[in-house]
Amino acid sequence: MSAQVSAAPAASFGRKALDPRIELLSWILLVLAMVSVPLWGSVYAVYMACLIAINVIATVGLNITVGYAGLLSIGHSAFLGVGAYASALMWLHLGTPLAFNLVVGAVSAFAVGLVFGIPALRIKGVYLAIATLAAQYSLYFVFQQWTSVTGGDRGLSLPKIDVFGYGDTGFYYVVAFVALVATLAARNLFRTRIGRSFIAVREKDYAAQVLGINVVVTKLVAFGIGAAYAGVAGALLAAFLRIVNPDQFTLVSSVFFLAAVVVGGRGSILGSILGALFMTMMPDLLREVIAHFSSEGADLASLLSPVREIAFGLLIVLFLIFEPRGLVGFVDRALGRAENVEARQEH
Amino acid sequence: MNLFLEFSLIGLASGGIYVLAALSFVIVYKATNIFNFATGEMMMFGTYFFYLFDTQLGFGWVAGLGMGLVSAALLALAIERTMLRPLLGRPHIVLVMVTFGVGSILRGFAGLFWGPNVRQLPEILPRKPIFLGDILVPGKLAWGFVTVGVIAGLFMLYYRYSRAGTAIRATSIDQVTAESLGINIRAVFLLAWALAGLLTAASGIITASVNGVTPQLGLVALNVLAVVMLAGMTSVGGVVIAGLFVGWMETIVGAYLGAAWQSFIPYLVVLVVMFVKPSGLFGEQRVERI
Repeated sequence: MSAQVSAAPAASFGRKALDPRIELLSWILLVLAMVSVPLWGSVYAVYMACLIAINVIATVGLNITVGYAGLLSIGHSAFLGVGAYASALMWLHLGTPLAFNLVVGAVSAFAVGLVFGIPALRIKGVYLAIATLAAQYSLYFVFQQWTSVTGGDRGLSLPKIDVFGYGDTGFYYVVAFVALVATLAARNLFRTRIGRSFIAVREKDYAAQVLGINVVVTKLVAFGIGAAYAGVAGALLAAFLRIVNPDQFTLVSSVFFLAAVVVGGRGSILGSILGALFMTMMPDLLREVIAHFSSEGADLASLLSPVREIAFGLLIVLFLIFEPRGLVGFVDRALGRAENVEARQEH
Repeated sequence: MNLFLEFSLIGLASGGIYVLAALSFVIVYKATNIFNFATGEMMMFGTYFFYLFDTQLGFGWVAGLGMGLVSAALLALAIERTMLRPLLGRPHIVLVMVTFGVGSILRGFAGLFWGPNVRQLPEILPRKPIFLGDILVPGKLAWGFVTVGVIAGLFMLYYRYSRAGTAIRATSIDQVTAESLGINIRAVFLLAWALAGLLTAASGIITASVNGVTPQLGLVALNVLAVVMLAGMTSVGGVVIAGLFVGWMETIVGAYLGAAWQSFIPYLVVLVVMFVKPSGLFGEQRVERI
């Protein structure tokens, strides 16, 4: 079954690096676009930009785990929940500043991630997927039932945050800055020993071990970093929506993040950005489509959530079958970098 | 003591429903090496098929049951043929992600067609409680257990003695050799999925005959995964013992410690199995530690 025909020797270690000047230019363009959103955009545009930036952080994290390290995690939103609750509780009870809460969110999600990851990652195979599915269910259960701490189904309400007296715009810049730093950090991670060891483990764990890489520790770090990114995203989400409740962190939103990784492109930072962008816009797009096709007076909200589930699932399946490189594959083709597309080897 | 016995019997009876779903999981895993995360959703969808033909289209429960089971098998065939077959030879993680996506699609369609509310299935199983001495077992649960026993028994006979069952077992042991001996591997894959569709639908219908069906029925998948892991992924006989054990433990914990703790049992089982013996109680030593 897994007897995979080895592809052409070229590009087995990934894609040819982009011309550094083009890459620098696209980062600058990205920063300019991010900075300028509040200048030309409406309140809604700023709101969406915030949400996209938060989802980019979470998607980059999941891509580190799934795309770069080849470990399937299907409970990503549970770790967002851990970060969100941890930071909200710090804020409500100790009044700590946002920057500190982000760190607390990251550390707590990292720690909880390891609790679920340690038993699973010692064994080869899909055990991490089972463990993260278990994390999804049991953490949801904790959020919902531990009423004295988490507020149960009603959740926690947070005060409005005011950054340098600029209100929502100020908060957007904070989110955008964190997203940019997180994305750049992830990009640079894969030029270091640790990041490259993730890829080596994904490609062939025995070979990695022979090269002196501690496979178990590498997998744990890769999974933990993914969870920590989710924790940061969760802490920002809590401050952004000013409410934390269990229904934000269900299986559906884990499917959402997995779809963002697959649609964008596994093992690609650009892919994570594209995937998060696409997936965040999707529900609104779907709402328009449903409103267009459904009859007058139909209950749009009750249609939207099942249609969303269908769309997320279909996107995962169709992209995996027809374009495993995700949207990045389209970008490569558009840039005429066909050799990357043709010589693709999947992980 | 009587109370403990009563809870134990109820627990064993409710563990029976895990057995069929877990069998469907094991047959797919053995034959095709695919880890099917859509098992719970296939269970839920098969139940809705039965509800559709029986109640909504009014065919009555005998015809409805037949049509529901056939539709569930066809759905499983369609999933295999259209979504998993094109991915043959691709990395394992991709196939698992696809089954996860399929689960999401099925949940969505169930919500779209039948809405989030509970739908009650017709009363097929007798409601009259059964007394064993002083111990009372709810009728539906007891008869559901008997039905599970019959289906599981028939399945195991088929699996052990029929030509097709032998082909599945041969494929599971060594695909290449099986193919070179003239076994049609693709037909085996299809057969395994069709059987999985039948088994999941049967387990879903029996589960839902007690409490009705909602799109959330598929969430029982984690309990089924716990059963499968305890049994060791590849053991058909082990699944029966593990299923009964997990059902029993859930009921006992729920009865004595409160329902809240019950929800942690599947996870606890998964955790202990991964720590102590990843190959499960009866599994083959396919598991590799690193």
